[in-house]
This record gives sequence, C-alpha cells and structure tokens, in this order.
Amino acid sequence: MADLAVEVCGLRLRNPTMLAAGVLDETGRSMLEVAKAGAGAIVTKSIGREPREGHAGPCVVELDYGLLNAMGLPNPGMRLYSEEIRTAKKARIPIIGSVFGSTASEIAELAALMESSGVDAVELNLSCPHAEGYGAELGSTPEMVEQVCCEARRRTDIPLLAKLTPNTSSIAELAKAAERGKADAIVAINTLKGMAIDPETRRPILGNRFGGLSGPAVKPVGVRCVYEIFEAVRIPVIGAGGIGCGRDAIEYIMAGARAVQIGTAVWTHGPGVFGKVSKEIGQFMSSNGFRSVEELVGVAHPGQH
Amino acid sequence: MDAVPGQFIMVWVPGVDEFPMSLSYIGRRFGITYQVVGEGTRALSEMKKGDRVGIRGPYGKGFELAGRRILMVAGGTGIAALGSLVEQAARSVSTDLILGARKKEELLFEGRCRRTAASVLISTDDGSKGFHGLATELAMEILLKKKVDSIYACGPEKMISGLLDMTSDKPVRIQASLERIMKCGIGVCDSCAIDGKHVCTDGPVFRDRELRALSDLGEFKRDHSGRRIPV
Repeated sequence: MADLAVEVCGLRLRNPTMLAAGVLDETGRSMLEVAKAGAGAIVTKSIGREPREGHAGPCVVELDYGLLNAMGLPNPGMRLYSEEIRTAKKARIPIIGSVFGSTASEIAELAALMESSGVDAVELNLSCPHAEGYGAELGSTPEMVEQVCCEARRRTDIPLLAKLTPNTSSIAELAKAAERGKADAIVAINTLKGMAIDPETRRPILGNRFGGLSGPAVKPVGVRCVYEIFEAVRIPVIGAGGIGCGRDAIEYIMAGARAVQIGTAVWTHGPGVFGKVSKEIGQFMSSNGFRSVEELVGVAHPGQH
Repeated sequence: MDAVPGQFIMVWVPGVDEFPMSLSYIGRRFGITYQVVGEGTRALSEMKKGDRVGIRGPYGKGFELAGRRILMVAGGTGIAALGSLVEQAARSVSTDLILGARKKEELLFEGRCRRTAASVLISTDDGSKGFHGLATELAMEILLKKKVDSIYACGPEKMISGLLDMTSDKPVRIQASLERIMKCGIGVCDSCAIDGKHVCTDGPVFRDRELRALSDLGEFKRDHSGRRIPV
C-alpha cells in the first residue's frame, strides 16, 4: 500500500492535496466539509485587515477549459475571521491562513494576527490578479516579494508560504526572492490574468473587467512554473493550477511539487475531488512501484528519474 | 433550457451586477419575477424592451413533487419560485396554496394560481385581504384540519423555520427554497454557505432532515463580505 503522507516545511499532511485559497473557505463549516471530503490541508480565504465586499458581478465566467474569476478578495476582515478558523481547526488537519495587503508591513501584521488565531502556517497572497493595489501588483517584482517575505518572517514563527503569480517574466526569480526573504515554501501558481467579452452586449463580462484564469487550461503553465522553481530554489514547492485527477497531481509532483492545491476542480467535481485525487495518486504509485510520495518529487528533472 | 421549478438562473445586468433569480415561468417561455430591492433590480426595472441581459444556468436543485395531498406556502415574492410548481402539482394531486403577503397590494400571481385546480387561500399580515395574520398561522389551521403529505415553501426565512417547527412532530415531508447572497452560483466561492451547505449547489431547495440540520436557518446569514449577521 502506497503511503500518501507528506511533510512540507514542517506541516504533516495525510495526503498531498490541499484546498486552494478562495474556494469554499469563507466559512469554517465549509472548510470542515472539505476536510471531511479528504483534503490533506486547507488554505483559508485570503484575509485582509478590514471587511471587504468584493467586486460587483459577474464574478465568474464559465469556460470550456477553465474558469475566469474576479471575486475581488471578499472577506470579513481578520478579527471576525478568527472565528471561522476556530471552527476549521476542528478538522485536525493543517490549516493555512492566507493573507493579503497593500504594503509589506500590512501583510506582515496580518501574518502575525493569523498566527495568533491558531493557524499552522501562513500563505502570503502575492499574486491575486484582480484586486487593484493588492496581490500581483505587490508580488510581481523580486524586490517586493523579498521585502514582504522578510517583514512577515520577522513577525511570524510558523511556516510561511509565498504564493506567486505567473503573470511575470520570470517566476523563478520571484521564487528566489521569496527564499532570500526566508519563506519556507513556494506555492505556484495563482491564476493567469485574463478577460472575456460578451459580443452581444459588447462589454467585458466580469464586473471587474479583468480576472484570473484557472482550471485545466492553465495546468501546463503551472507545471512549467513548478519545474523552473524546483531548479531555482531549495525550499519546497507546492503546485497549483488545473489539478482535477491523480495524473494531474503526479505531473506537478514529478515537476518538483511536494504537495498540490486544488480549487477550480471543486466546481466540476465537488469537494469529493480531494478524496478522488488522493486515491488516484495512490493507485498510480502502487501500480508503478512507488512507496512514498517523496520518491516522486522532481523525478522529471534530468538525472532524477 | 431544461429546468425544474425551484431552480434559478444568474442574471447579468450589463454594467451593473449579476444576481440569482428563481425561474417563475418554465416551459415554452421562461420568466423571472423580481421586486426592486437594490441596484441590480432597479437597473433591471429601468431597462427597455429589446435591451439585453446575460443569463447562465439553470442551476441548483429544484422541487420534487411527492405525496398526494400537498400544501404550498408562498410568502411575498416566494411565489416566484413556486408558481410553476403550483401549475404542475395541481394537474395531478390535491393542492392547497397559501398565498401570503404583508398587504393585498403585494399579492402576486393570484390570478395565475386561481386558473389552476389548486385551492388558493390568501393571507395578509394587515388583514387587507383574506386571512388576517401570518401565512404560517393559516398553515397551522390547515394542518390541524387536513391530512397533508408534503409542504412546499418559499418566502421569508422566519416563515420557513416556523413551518419546520410546527411540523417537527408530524409525518409531513417538507421542501423549502432558501436564499443567501450568491456570487458564483456554481459551488466555489462559499458566499451562499449555510452550515457547510451551499444554497447554489446543495439547494436552493432543501428538504426534511437537511433543513432541520441547518442551525443558522432563521437565525443567521452572511453579508457580502462573509460576516455572520442576524436574519
């Protein structure tokens, strides 16, 4: 029987699947349901200092090959959200608090508040492509990524995950900057900035006009990014982008990911996707003679297979 | 479009917003029925014939007809979600419908429902027409007088929790359509969460034990930022 448990920067996961930030994680009870459905860890909604309503709709555009979204970082604010974390912690799997902010010091302050709310790790959202002044606008240069990680590091003792944007010329440079800033792991990728226009009404569909593309369409981009990051840094990498089955996860793991995040596939498969992907990873490992996930990490790189 | 009563669509008013609406007419022609409650519905009310809206759907789980003697309880605009179910049900089973509103001017679809074989009872909170009192009080009277197999409800949440309370010790099946702020409509964003369930994909029509397990029902909902606030 293949062992699905993995350890990522001190976090012990019963299997390599994690809920990605932004999906079914605004409320503690929903996070419990995702845990029940088999996730190995949960990343919370991205939380800011104050309550935020998010963008006017439409917030999503359903495509044949993925999803375009511009939620606009809706969240109840850190103070109230700690109640949801308290509920989510009953799941007894690692809970990773995602935070966003408009300056390095604001993000660092939120990371500290997240830590006191009892999460097991903090994910720095340096990559949301659809909220002006936050996320990707902050995380698209190595200098800013390093600064944010550094400041957050100074104020937090638990593991820090830096979630990076693919909307940049070199994601490997961003990853190196996060490593210099003492982040404990890299998460790649967040969504690709995109847009959809309705020909009948001649308008952009999303209320925010621009949004982030996720789902099957972005998987090759994500796999490539993880592969590049794996060669550029020594800290662990967590893969995300278009994972909906075991083989998708295996691709990311072979590119160098120690764990994977799943978001958009919840739309097409429901929360049961976590159990399904873990099971399929296990089946692949068994039929190919792998005993631990560890043995698969990065095997697609030259000299590693 | 293939839809069942109780399902909803996401309606996009270009340049303004997108919001969920129950399908109030299903069949050869589809329709929605709205009350002006915010910016989106106001913009909808200002549109002219020939203006376009975007729609996606239908989404969610609708009503399922079961039982031979059924009672429908519609509060206010709740009849929008129940309208086409009344038409379907009255063709084959004994159907009582309580059409409730705050005052007679707010009664919707009375003519439409009276054209079916359903027995239509009116209740108004102010007594301006029909039974003077809440729809739930009239429902209680019916439940005391008549054998009812199933209740179908849509309306204010306190009305639904009232119906659940009065049937907790009775062998009556119940289906009710719930409402929450809904953004994606497809089960990802968590804005319509109620006790770990999602109104967009697990609902909007919930039934029996599902409804009774919702501790926030009639008590708490979420605002646009996800803050838990009283219903």
